[in-house]
Amino acid sequence: MFKNFFPNKILSLSNNLLNSLLVYLILVMFLGLIYSLYISPPDYIQGDSVRIMYVHVPSSFISLACFGIIGIASILNLVFKIKFIPLMSKSLAPVGCTFTLISIVTGSLWGKPTWGTWWAWDARLTSMVILLLFYFGYIFVWKFVSSFNKANKISSIIAIIGLLNLPVIKYSVDWWNTLHQPSSITLTSAPTIHYSMLIPLIIMLAGMIIYLLIIFLMKYKTETIKFKMNKIKNKK
Amino acid sequence: MLGKNAKKRAILLTLLLLLSAVTIFLIFKSLEENIVYFFTPSEIYNKQNISFNKTIRVGGLVKENSISKEQNSVKFIITDFKNEIIVSYSGLIPNLFSEGKGVIAEGELKDKKYFIAEKILAKHDENYMPPEVTKALEKSNK
Repeated sequence: MFKNFFPNKILSLSNNLLNSLLVYLILVMFLGLIYSLYISPPDYIQGDSVRIMYVHVPSSFISLACFGIIGIASILNLVFKIKFIPLMSKSLAPVGCTFTLISIVTGSLWGKPTWGTWWAWDARLTSMVILLLFYFGYIFVWKFVSSFNKANKISSIIAIIGLLNLPVIKYSVDWWNTLHQPSSITLTSAPTIHYSMLIPLIIMLAGMIIYLLIIFLMKYKTETIKFKMNKIKNKK
Repeated sequence: MLGKNAKKRAILLTLLLLLSAVTIFLIFKSLEENIVYFFTPSEIYNKQNISFNKTIRVGGLVKENSISKEQNSVKFIITDFKNEIIVSYSGLIPNLFSEGKGVIAEGELKDKKYFIAEKILAKHDENYMPPEVTKALEKSNK
């Protein structure tokens, strides 16, 4: 399965796979939105604003997961110097960054009716902003450093340092007093979210992961083509 | 398995990561007072050098039956079940502010037991339930 991500394979990636993913995306998102907007109940105190959570939580999860993958890929990249790894993590960054933005904006929209404020500089919210800055840094280095090898090195180091921010985001709500509530879904204990709300959350997560895959594959293909074209240009 | 150069780079990276982790930990340790968003009543009770004319935040649960409304102001008690602080406040109250729920008050301490708030935030907990479930839970508790 992993072989499919090798540059030569990605070039022959047919539009059929993307098209079938697109069909899945529409189906899952349709089901997810119907479930989260109509079928699922309102919350006992938050009322209907709980529905923001069905977008907020999956995008937060994906934004962390994406940066985690980029960070670990960057370690492998610096140690083993495998050619296609930087292309992969470079392609993952913009969509991960977008999900971070979605997470912050939806969180803010939820905060106003729930907490009574759009924004608070508590540990969870601040560390999410730091994640966003790391995404920006990572993307801008690829954009503005013209030498591939140099951009590769600098961006990898940024991603590796940013990796340390991930446990801080995850555990900020346990380590410090924060305005943000602790996680409802943990590995160690039963979720404190009712199953009628857990189901749409999981469907929405699945839909967003499919979206992430589509954008990533398209970008990865473009980046690979660009990389090969540059190689040919430099040879001439 | 690892080539000589790859091994060197791996060791260097591990060192870099460890060093940054320790640095971050030390920064967090020294900034703890600033990172916490609010203090609990017990933390204020136990604090030695307390500053009374500085804006701080106190957080906890609104004690049951403690809200008393006067003309423009509201008084209530923030509790963490060990210590309590009386809060007086006038202004907009968030919708989710209610007895037995989490609250964060921003303002100034007059003394260790009395707090004048300028802003009130409701703190939500990690429980999500449909209203019918809450009713069922209340019934089974009675």
